[in-house]
Amino acid sequence: MSGKHINLTLKVWRQKGPKDHGSLVEYQAKNVSEDASFLEMVDSVNEELISKGDEPIAFDHDCREGICGSCGFVIDGEAHGPLKSTTVCQLHMRNFSDGATLTIEPFRAKSFPVIKDLMVDRSAFDRIISAGGFISVNNGNAVDANAVLIPKTDADEAMSSATCIGCGACVAACKNASAALFTSAKISHMALLPQGQVERKERALNMVAAMDAQGFGSCTTTGACEAACPKEIQLTNISRMNREYFAATATKRPKHKDGGAG
Amino acid sequence: MANKLDNKIPSGPIETKWTNAKFNNKLVNPANKRKHSVIVVGAGLAGASAAASLGELGYKVKVFCVHESPRRAHSVAAQGGINAAKNYQNDGDSTYRLFYDTIKGGDFRAREANVFRLAEVSAKIIDQMVAQGVPFAREYGGTLSNRSFGGAQVSRTFYARGQTGQQLLLGAYSEMMRQVDAGNIELRYRREMLDLVVIDGKARGIIVRNLLTGEIESHEADAVVLASGGYSNVFFLSTNAMNCAVTAAWKAHKRGAYFANPCYTQIHPTCIPVHGENQSKLTLMSESLRNDGRIWVPKLVGDKRHPNDVPESERDYFLERIYPSFGNLAPRDVASRQAKYCCDEGRGVSETGKAVYLDFADSIKRLGQDKISERYGNLFEMYDKITGQNPYQQPMMIYPAPHYTMGGLWVDYNLESTVPGLFVAGEANFSDHGANRLGASALMQGLADGYFVLPYTLGNYLGGAKLDKISSTHDGFKAAVDNVMKDISKLMNIKGNRTADSFHKELGHVMWEYCGMARSEVGLKKALQEIPKIKEEFWNNLRIPGDVNYINAELEKAGRVADFIELGELMCRDALERKESCGGHFREEYQVDGEAQRDDTNFCHVAAWEHTGDNKPEVRHKEELTFDNVHLATRSYK
Repeated sequence: MSGKHINLTLKVWRQKGPKDHGSLVEYQAKNVSEDASFLEMVDSVNEELISKGDEPIAFDHDCREGICGSCGFVIDGEAHGPLKSTTVCQLHMRNFSDGATLTIEPFRAKSFPVIKDLMVDRSAFDRIISAGGFISVNNGNAVDANAVLIPKTDADEAMSSATCIGCGACVAACKNASAALFTSAKISHMALLPQGQVERKERALNMVAAMDAQGFGSCTTTGACEAACPKEIQLTNISRMNREYFAATATKRPKHKDGGAG
Repeated sequence: MANKLDNKIPSGPIETKWTNAKFNNKLVNPANKRKHSVIVVGAGLAGASAAASLGELGYKVKVFCVHESPRRAHSVAAQGGINAAKNYQNDGDSTYRLFYDTIKGGDFRAREANVFRLAEVSAKIIDQMVAQGVPFAREYGGTLSNRSFGGAQVSRTFYARGQTGQQLLLGAYSEMMRQVDAGNIELRYRREMLDLVVIDGKARGIIVRNLLTGEIESHEADAVVLASGGYSNVFFLSTNAMNCAVTAAWKAHKRGAYFANPCYTQIHPTCIPVHGENQSKLTLMSESLRNDGRIWVPKLVGDKRHPNDVPESERDYFLERIYPSFGNLAPRDVASRQAKYCCDEGRGVSETGKAVYLDFADSIKRLGQDKISERYGNLFEMYDKITGQNPYQQPMMIYPAPHYTMGGLWVDYNLESTVPGLFVAGEANFSDHGANRLGASALMQGLADGYFVLPYTLGNYLGGAKLDKISSTHDGFKAAVDNVMKDISKLMNIKGNRTADSFHKELGHVMWEYCGMARSEVGLKKALQEIPKIKEEFWNNLRIPGDVNYINAELEKAGRVADFIELGELMCRDALERKESCGGHFREEYQVDGEAQRDDTNFCHVAAWEHTGDNKPEVRHKEELTFDNVHLATRSYK
């Protein structure tokens, strides 16, 4: 804890509503503690705006521990700012120099419409999950948890994919606004585990279809997503998703109608 | 009045109570389930698991969450793990031992029957979560891994790195999203519950504000499940997420749901210390760290040396010294209190003197940095990011912070509140943890309530209740909407000079000072003079900029702070009336050698508070606790 303080100039994207035009507005952030987080710095600017009777800068945030995935905006062109594998809530002001000017904008993508200022609508991610990001096992059917042994390496790799927090930085960082990293992380998590095998092909087909239907762009493997990801979700997930998708397409079988005697 | 607190505990031996209850429950046939609608408020572990299970069963479910996606609920932030009596480690665990540890950990202030059921279903939770694809940590042979947690001498905690809550929540969330896709669940995002609608004495719906448009909406149902979390944010600084609030529970309280044991709050021993006035929240460092970290302070008062320069002989590993059997894994209330005593004696570290060390040097020497990094890597990184210090090279500094609330809406064995048809699950209810919760038991309770209790008890209610068909145009809804609109316009029209946060901080200071880790009659009485002053000033000098018919974060905050102020007052009254120390409730007047001194003759009961009208004193009711299976004893971890 340094106890030092810095001053900053902020250029913040202000936009009243989804249909309004937005613009960058300049604010001064004075006497900011280096031990404060980026969001605490914005809190202080907001407290000042409110006491002047102005509207505070709107942004999504909640846990402030880098795990809920609520927060996220672009600082000087970088999703979640300059520090690697760090969300803006965990980005601390000791990473900025006194007197700097910072430009703060929302995550931009066609599938993430701006709601207000730095808030965007990421519900497209939920629709991708509801298309197949699950294992269909009703409550009450489970066998003993140790009945199926899972190699540690598989469980660890699945866990690494499963740590995705759904913040959307990958989409914001991608020049095509592709959701490939997000979608592939869930497909990988489940494809790596024995529990995920039964619906493996359907899942790949349905989630990829949902991703396209939500208007996200295609992946051209620039790797910008991986660089921006606060949870270090790797590009290899996308390779695995592509393999899963092609395998599922090549071996797709027709659906049979249910029916029965009696 | 007394019959309102009928706990409905089934008769018979404790091992068969739940089995008998399930058999005696009324059932609803599949075709009729489709005709019943259920509202679930909150989509954390308890809410999402309840919604998914009810959707699978065929009920029409509507889920409301305050977030922009249910995957953001605060359960996501739980780090260390989830307990279950699996005895996979062959170390002597059993349903009965988990039951016993939980009753003892709660300082004999929880209901035996509820806790036994929790222990009984715990093993099934792990089975269910693994089946859903939750990637728990595993051994090289492919079996599940366990670690130890506070208040237990067995290893029964299952974990997924330091992100167990996230993985469990995403598991429950994806099962819920499967039901959304199947058309069994309707999901409403960014909605905040602002009133409960009670018609003919039964909970029949809720009023919510659409946080994007400001629209006030009415939603009707045959039953309502509240899974809206805890109220640690009454302290302003806590480990809870920014949006955690008591509002949904408080509105239900005002409509007749009794609030039980509001003074039972948990102060978690291992959090990153406060850095300054502009701090917005505190960050927890998982209790699991106490498996390999040793807690100490210098023996000398005012020792300002760098921790690495303090020789072994001049360090006081106070938990190991005072509690040799449990050592660094003493329960949270006990560990927090001892850390506070050290700091009160002037042996605290950091610039503020309000911190103790959590040291990994011995474990790194014994196991190697790689092993420590595999176990806690993400926590070490988080600590480094927040403090700018590397915990591989020097000890972490930690201090206790508000973390969890054992108190909550009173519920009976079926998790039904004093308002028929209103069920309460997870942290929002008061049921299972008594006066102190053991680590890794919150995830267990949330999922037990949602997956294994509510699907049965809610069915029993719906199968037996006579429910008239109502619509959201019913007068009961109109009155509730008017009420909500009136409250909002009252807040908007104060047009004073102070922000909601400034009042919240002021309240938080009072609560932490007088109703935090240590409480006294003098302090609580002082708080009860201060809080009404804050309330008065709030309703006369609050400023909310912006528009009521659009996103307005300040309006949201103000509504929550208004409820926290009222709750804060009730907490202090509850703490004042409970003239004993138990678990997280520590009254300075009642102690023996620094340990909590219970008064089982006069306080072996649940205090459940009834709201009798605005600005009228709440009425305290008692539910006596009986212990037929566990002997009431002084809790010892020595």
